[in-house]
Formats: sequence, C-alpha cells, structure tokens
Amino acid sequence: MGKQKPASAILGISAFYHDSAAAIIIDGQVIAAAQEERFTRIKHDPSFPTHAIQFCLDYSGYTLNDLDAIVFYDKPFLKFERLLETYYNFSPKGFWSFVKAIPAWVKEKLFLKRIIRQELQAIQTYDQKKVKLLFPEHHLSHAASAFYPSPFEEAAILTIDGVGEWATASICHGKGNKIEVLKEMHFPHSLGLLYSAFTYFLGFKVNSGEYKLMGLAPYGDPQSEQVRQFVKKIESDLITINEDGSILLHQAYFSYATGLRMVPDQKWEKLFGLKKRTPESALEQQHCNLGIAIQQVTEKVVIKMAQEAKRLTGSKNLCLAGGVALNCVANGQLQEAQIFEALYIQPAAGDAGGALGAALAVHHIYFDQQRTIDSTKMDSMSGSYLGPQFSDLRIEQTARKFKSSFTKIEKQTDLSEQVAALIASGNVIGWFQGRMEFGPRALGNRSILGDIRNPEMQKKINLKIKYRESFRPFAPAVLAEKAADYFAVQSISPYMLLVKDVLPERRKKIPADYHSYPLREKLALIRTDIPAVTHVDFSARIQTVHQETNPEFHSLLQAFEGQTDYALLINTSFNVRGEPIVCTPEDAFRCFLQTDMDYLVLGNYIFDKKKQRTSNLKNELREQQFELD
Amino acid sequence: MEFLKDLWLFLKERKKWWLLPLLFIILLIGGLIIFAESSAVGSFIYTLF
Repeated sequence: MGKQKPASAILGISAFYHDSAAAIIIDGQVIAAAQEERFTRIKHDPSFPTHAIQFCLDYSGYTLNDLDAIVFYDKPFLKFERLLETYYNFSPKGFWSFVKAIPAWVKEKLFLKRIIRQELQAIQTYDQKKVKLLFPEHHLSHAASAFYPSPFEEAAILTIDGVGEWATASICHGKGNKIEVLKEMHFPHSLGLLYSAFTYFLGFKVNSGEYKLMGLAPYGDPQSEQVRQFVKKIESDLITINEDGSILLHQAYFSYATGLRMVPDQKWEKLFGLKKRTPESALEQQHCNLGIAIQQVTEKVVIKMAQEAKRLTGSKNLCLAGGVALNCVANGQLQEAQIFEALYIQPAAGDAGGALGAALAVHHIYFDQQRTIDSTKMDSMSGSYLGPQFSDLRIEQTARKFKSSFTKIEKQTDLSEQVAALIASGNVIGWFQGRMEFGPRALGNRSILGDIRNPEMQKKINLKIKYRESFRPFAPAVLAEKAADYFAVQSISPYMLLVKDVLPERRKKIPADYHSYPLREKLALIRTDIPAVTHVDFSARIQTVHQETNPEFHSLLQAFEGQTDYALLINTSFNVRGEPIVCTPEDAFRCFLQTDMDYLVLGNYIFDKKKQRTSNLKNELREQQFELD
Repeated sequence: MEFLKDLWLFLKERKKWWLLPLLFIILLIGGLIIFAESSAVGSFIYTLF
C-alpha cells in the first residue's frame, strides 16, 4: 500500500460469503453502517449489499463520485490461491467439490473487481477511474475494525474466525494509525471451523447456529465423566493444541477442506459414541455435554492465543474481532484470566464488521491518516447505532397503512414511565427507537423487552413471541452504573459481548444434584431473583446501557428501576426465528402483529395489541414465513 | 485486460508460478463452459472434447 492524498470519504463493503454489509467513514469518523439482510429480509444475506450501500450514501449525503475509495474486505485472488492449493494438496480427494466450486469462481468470484463496479454502477453512475477500488486482507479488515474504533492508542489485536484468505487467526500489534501483523494461523487449521464442525454435528446450521451451541453448552454437566471424556477425545483425536495457541486440526476427522460437509459423520459418531443430531430433533444431555466440551476447548485455545498476543506485544490492552469474538462466554473467560488490563471487542465482530474494518484500514494505513481518540467516549462506534432511523411521519404512515390506532406520548420521561409500568405488569414490548444497530445484537433500538423478575418470561418470549427453541437464554440490559449490583462485572459491556455470573447473593439455594438434572428441569428451576435472564449455570450475557450512547433506553431502565427496584430488563432482538432483526417501522409492525407481543413502541407512539385489527392480518402475515435458522 | 494485469501482479508478488498453467487451463475450460452455456454454438462444443 502506498501513500496518496488525504482521504475524506471511504465506502467499505463485505459480500459474497455471508452477512454482507456496507459502511461509510468520513475523515475517519464512522458515519453509517448496516447489514444487507436488514433490507432484503434474508438472514445472513450474502448478496452484494446494494441496499446497505444506498443507505450509507443517503445517510452521509455523499455520492459514489464523492468517495476517495471503495474497499472490499478481502482479497479474491488470494482466496482462489488457497482453494487451488488446498485441492492440489488433497487431490484426488475432493474432486467433485472442486468441480462444483470452480464454475462460481470462473464466472464471478475471480472477476470481483468487474462485478463490484457493475453493481455500483447500477446504484449510481460514477467515475471508475477516479474512485479507487481496493482490497485489504480479510484479517487485516477484522483487526482494523477492532483496533481503530477502540479507545486504545496501542493494543494487541487478536482476530479469530473460520477462514479469510489463508489466515484463520492472527495476532497483530496496533500502534497509533499502524497495524503490524505478527503471527497468523492458516487454513485448514481453524478454531472457527472447529466450532462450526460441532455446530454441524449437533444439528445446527453452520454460520448461524454457532451462538445456539454456545447457549446450549451450559446445560452440559461440567462435572460429568462424559464431558471429561469428550474433552479428552477432542484434544487427542481431533486437534493438537500448541503452546502458542495455534491448533492443528487432524484432517482425517474433517471434510470441509475438500468436501461439501463439515465432518465425516460416521467417524465422529464412532469417536464420540453418539449419533449426529438431526436438526430440530430433541436435545439430549449428551448433546449438551458435547456442547460444553467444545466450549471448554474453545476457551482454552482463545486464552492461549491471548497469552501469545501478550508475549509478542507486551501490551496491556487487547482488541478482539472475527466471528469467534462473538463467543461471549469465551470473552468473559478471557477477561477473567486477566492477561490484559483492558479488552475491547468490535460489536460487529463477524464478516459484516469487515466492511467497516476495510474502510478504516484504507483510511489509516493506505492513506496514512492519523487517529484521534476522544478520551471522553468509550469508543468511536457511537454505541453501534449506525443504521437507518425513521421519522414520526413514517411511523404515522405505517400506522395508517395497517389501519391501527395508537397513543402518542410527547415527553420522553412520560413514555419511559408508561412503558416501564407495562413491562412491570407482565407485558412484552416491541421497542423500536432511533438508529438501527450494526452487528448481530439488538442493543435497545430494535429490541423486545420483558420483565427479568418473571420466571415465566423466558418461556413466553421463546415460544409465543420468537417461536424459537425453549432452551435459548435471554440477555439482560442493565444500567451501566448499576451493573455491579447484579453481576460480577469487571468492565462495561455495551455490546452484549461478555458473559458474567450473577452475584452469589442473588442466587437461590439449588439441589446438590442440580448438575445432573435433565435440560427441562434445569430450565424450570428458579435460580436467582432475576430468573428470566439467568442461564442454567448462573451466567448472563450482559449489555450495560449508557446515557451517553442510548439516552432513551437508559431513561426506560431508570423508570423501571424507579417502579420495581430492578435496573435491568430482558433485551432480545426484535424478530422471530429465522427473520433478520427488524429495520423499518413496517417490519416492526408486521412482527408485532404476527406474534403474541403485547405492545409496540415506535418512537414515541404506543400501539396496544388489543386495539389492533389483528385477526385477518395475522393470517395474511403468517404466509410470509422465514426459513428457520 | 485489467484482470490479466492484476493476475500477473498477484503471481509476481506471491511467486507462485506453478499456479499459472493450472489457472490457464481452468480459465480456458471455464470460459468454454460459460461460452457454451450462453451461445448458439453450445450444441457444437462437445466435439472439442
């Protein structure tokens, strides 16, 4: 990368694998970012992010011609090199997979430059010669997405995911506006792919079901002999863990490098002594035990990688990104290990965040622009509220479209008091405010909210509102200044990326043989005074809510605390199973009507389910089903 | 042309010259398949093999 004139506007794009997204930065400031799935309503949509780009341009007021560079988040030739070398090394194994993969490359992926330009021209005509098209490496994009928005002048950076071009994990050192790559782990050895292999074997979808596996793991019995045996088998037969945290995946037990499946089912069935779980079938204790085993191994590897990052950089700060950085249980363990004094995790740690990272890498490295860190802010992500927002007029138009009645509350504090009272009396609320979140988590602008004290709430929201598996836990959103009253927190967690334990004094006495309880009985036992957000192992995936980044949500939590003495709420994403998080008021209204949600709050407008004409609409909307994730 | 230039620069930087014949064959066969799929001469292409 060489030096050019100072940059002012850069568009970052990630696409063609999963979770395509776009982000725009102007003079190093993150102006807007969004995932394509929110607009197309196709979960993890991999297609070119036309809508997300259009939104970024509209929001920023820039045209494509105003940009200094357009940046794609990885290097297609390098990826193709990996593909060819992998097939060559494994040949003749994988011939059919090779034959299936090649046409897509020859038709499209090798000619990404041309395709990107064509797609952009379809959005707006622009001068291709004037606006640069650049391709930083995948893991550099991840590293940049974590380091540049962080509050650190200097930090170690750890990126871990399935695979980029060759790299599957990297250790970098960020200093000022520079990022130096110190060490990489290469395909086919990958912690992300190892976790995905277990996701597949346990009957969940690869690239979307990993977080379900993480939620399932705590149902495993950590003291059981079966878990010990599973861990032993993983560490002896499946992988080798090196002292520097790098791992070797024993390829005899994996098919992803050359096949169309993650693993050879029969070999795994023989190794673990259990059948591959078919999707949607009953979850048994042995599935949970295998889940906790791979979670423990993942945590062990992440901690070793972090220790190596510490050894190589000597830094007291760590930045994390890549899909594995969304494993908030491992993140919590990493923080507990106290290898670093401070930890920063990019909220859009997966490939969507690559769009932002790619743009930031070009701004700071290619264009050599200095970083300015605002010490009064927690980071430069604006709470990750970087998506579209909608006016009162649009909300009223939506209400008219659905022929619905509403109450408008002018004053924010009145709205907070009224909604808090509704939640406290057992209602479930769809809460839609301001700008949509960037990244996989709903952080209080596109959220479903409920009362944490209600032991029935987890079941109600899982089964009657989100139509998802009953074992799935819910996360608490807690006033940042009150988090330590409930959880063993060591820092803020504004992006719901750290799992911490509920304080011992809030726990109820549990039976001595609790760990051996079956899944449903474990779930039914009331474990703390905030049962709806306490997982079966007493952990919770915390979001600390800050006045600085989300005053509306902060005000609601304050009102709820004033009425109940509890400064926290259930916060789950505003969608049903298989649906991307809602983007527009129309999406929110549809979701509201087709579920048993009690109230919808769009900005300052409250919609009461009892007052809507739902009977016909519910049937109409049911026809619009989402594929299960 | 830009594609060929980029490909050349890539191979030069990576020094993986052994990929060149492989790439050539893949692009040739791939190109033929695509051409065959989308043109009137498609039905005659099989005679090449």
